[in-house]
Amino acid sequence: MAAGNGLLHRRAFLAGGGTLAAAFTGYALSDTAAAQQLTDDSWSRGRGALIPEYASPSAFEKGVARTLSNPRGEPRTQHARTPHHLLNGTFTPNGLHFVISHSGAPDIDPATHRLVIHGLVRRPLVFSLDAITRYPLVSRMHFVECGGNSAPMFSNEPVQAGVQAIHGLVSCAEWTGVMLSTLLDEAGIDPGATWIIAEGSDSMALSRSVPIAKALDDAMVAIYQNGERLMPGNGYPMRLVLPGWEGNMQVKWLRRLELVDQPAMSYYEARTYAQVLPDGTAYQFYFLQDVKSFITHPSPGLRLNGPGFYEISGLAYSAGGRIAKVMVTADGGKSWAEAALQEPVHAKAFARFRIPWRWDGSPVVLQSRAWDEAGHVQPTRAEVVARRGQTKAPVTNLAAFPSQHYNGPTSWAVETDGNVRHVYA
Amino acid sequence: MPRRHDGPQRHRDTEKIYLKPLCLCVSVARESAIAFGIAAMMYGGVRAQSPNLGTPIAEAEVAGWDISILPDGTGLPPGSGTPAEGATIFAAKCALCHGPEARGGTNAALVGGAPLTNGIDTAKTIANFWPYATTLFDFTRRAMPWQAPRTLTSDEVYALTAYLLSINKIIGAQDVMNAQTLPKVRMPNRDGFRPRFPEMIP
Ligand code: HEC
Repeated sequence: MAAGNGLLHRRAFLAGGGTLAAAFTGYALSDTAAAQQLTDDSWSRGRGALIPEYASPSAFEKGVARTLSNPRGEPRTQHARTPHHLLNGTFTPNGLHFVISHSGAPDIDPATHRLVIHGLVRRPLVFSLDAITRYPLVSRMHFVECGGNSAPMFSNEPVQAGVQAIHGLVSCAEWTGVMLSTLLDEAGIDPGATWIIAEGSDSMALSRSVPIAKALDDAMVAIYQNGERLMPGNGYPMRLVLPGWEGNMQVKWLRRLELVDQPAMSYYEARTYAQVLPDGTAYQFYFLQDVKSFITHPSPGLRLNGPGFYEISGLAYSAGGRIAKVMVTADGGKSWAEAALQEPVHAKAFARFRIPWRWDGSPVVLQSRAWDEAGHVQPTRAEVVARRGQTKAPVTNLAAFPSQHYNGPTSWAVETDGNVRHVYA
Repeated sequence: MPRRHDGPQRHRDTEKIYLKPLCLCVSVARESAIAFGIAAMMYGGVRAQSPNLGTPIAEAEVAGWDISILPDGTGLPPGSGTPAEGATIFAAKCALCHGPEARGGTNAALVGGAPLTNGIDTAKTIANFWPYATTLFDFTRRAMPWQAPRTLTSDEVYALTAYLLSINKIIGAQDVMNAQTLPKVRMPNRDGFRPRFPEMIP
């Protein structure tokens, strides 16, 4: 046994864990039926449904959906949060990728969309989508996370909510596009250029300043998302992808890149994505999405259907590169066991961690912590609070952002009835 | 241990060969050689191995999109406006969402603000947070009014900026805002920031 409260060795199954099979139950939204005589079901006795041109999930999966903060599109930001507790694997299906939009998704005609590179360059250039599509393309798995993801964790008391409400503003996709360095090389970077202002063609003309070093390192102008063209909410027909960096900087509906010698101090960098600290000063340019992990299974909303075998699993990711290690506790932090990481583990992408667990039916507290290959460690909540503070009153509005860039752990208490609750541990 | 981040490494797929215009005609097909040669002569060298599918465009043609204002005032257009002019425009085009006196509307109050030491979730306002007045011009021009962005004239944006700075007591009630005066406005919280990763700031 690897650690307390029933955590099993991460390779328990690979190493002849077959004896566990009899105890398989799985998470339950309802109780499983008792064994009975097997007969043909109705769907086995006639022809099936027509196969559509573009498939949608089974009607039984209609609950697997994003939650919307502003479904009527009132004049304020819209958030669509990913239901991580209902998904598994390492990338997010396109229709469930999180979206934050400050004024809705523009309905862009790809035939007339243009991307211009200008400012401190040898020759300003304009690109059509057709032109971008002809470039040598690369495909890379990367997470995109809003700087405000996990914001309810700044509440001084644990909000009673699940993974979707707390951590739903991060997703992961395979992005395909042209390396930004290729386009910048063609325009010719003036030695005086230090920043690039990236701007979208949405109604806000959302703009953010990006240091040139990042643009030349691994930035991409992405035109495909998980193999198909970008979703409208994710930037169709082209967006900036800045692997590991704050989501808001990865400008969607990208139309303009201006090379400059100072940051623009645009609204979203000077005001919205700057964080007030306990001493009244504020962080500016919090570019990176620090190493983070959280357990998705089990989590609030997924009731455990009685004692027995379960797989604990979750997501870990870091701007610092590949996830190197995830540790899991089932006794509120007294003992830890190393989880297995789903291979391949990509840099700056979701790593799925898994560890087998036999629940004895007593109350337990589950938590995960991640390390990345550069040696960054996910801090404890106490460490985050010491540096960043927390609210004075409990957060009641789950859509509010008391602060941003929380990367401490999340603890789930499993109660004797199998329900899962959010606690601080 | 200092935080590591990705250095300014260029990605490996990019060939870094510049061709001198002279040697072009021998190695490449005639048509593209001519196009290439012209481009190379005009721009003093083009990436030989790069697709070069962008079309050159003059800065004058980009002007309609080139709306970023830098903190030093770069990009500010000609024009000017006063707080009094701004008050009239605000009542007509902004009060609907931001409230009649720039407070009490369905969207952000644009006047006042509590001290930031009140807590990490203190509402960030023009008066207590914004480090640069140029951001106010830039954001108002590019994004407001929310339902009809980029419909304001430069004079109107200067006037609205003057009005909002004036009701926040950052400038005087008679002060005129234009490309010279606006970048000189010192915002109260100008020095209230620290970069999270100083080593990554160019
Ligand atoms: C239809 C409603 C609406 C109207 C009309 C409107 N705004 Fe706004 N305004 C918004 C919304 C929504 C935001 C928040 C934008 C965001 O955060 O993405 C906002 C944000 C702002 C901000 C930033 C406030 C802050 O501190 O974060 C300023 C400044 C502003 N508006 C100025 C104006 C001006 C000036 C006008 C009139 C020309 C105007 N607005 C008209 C909806 C409106």
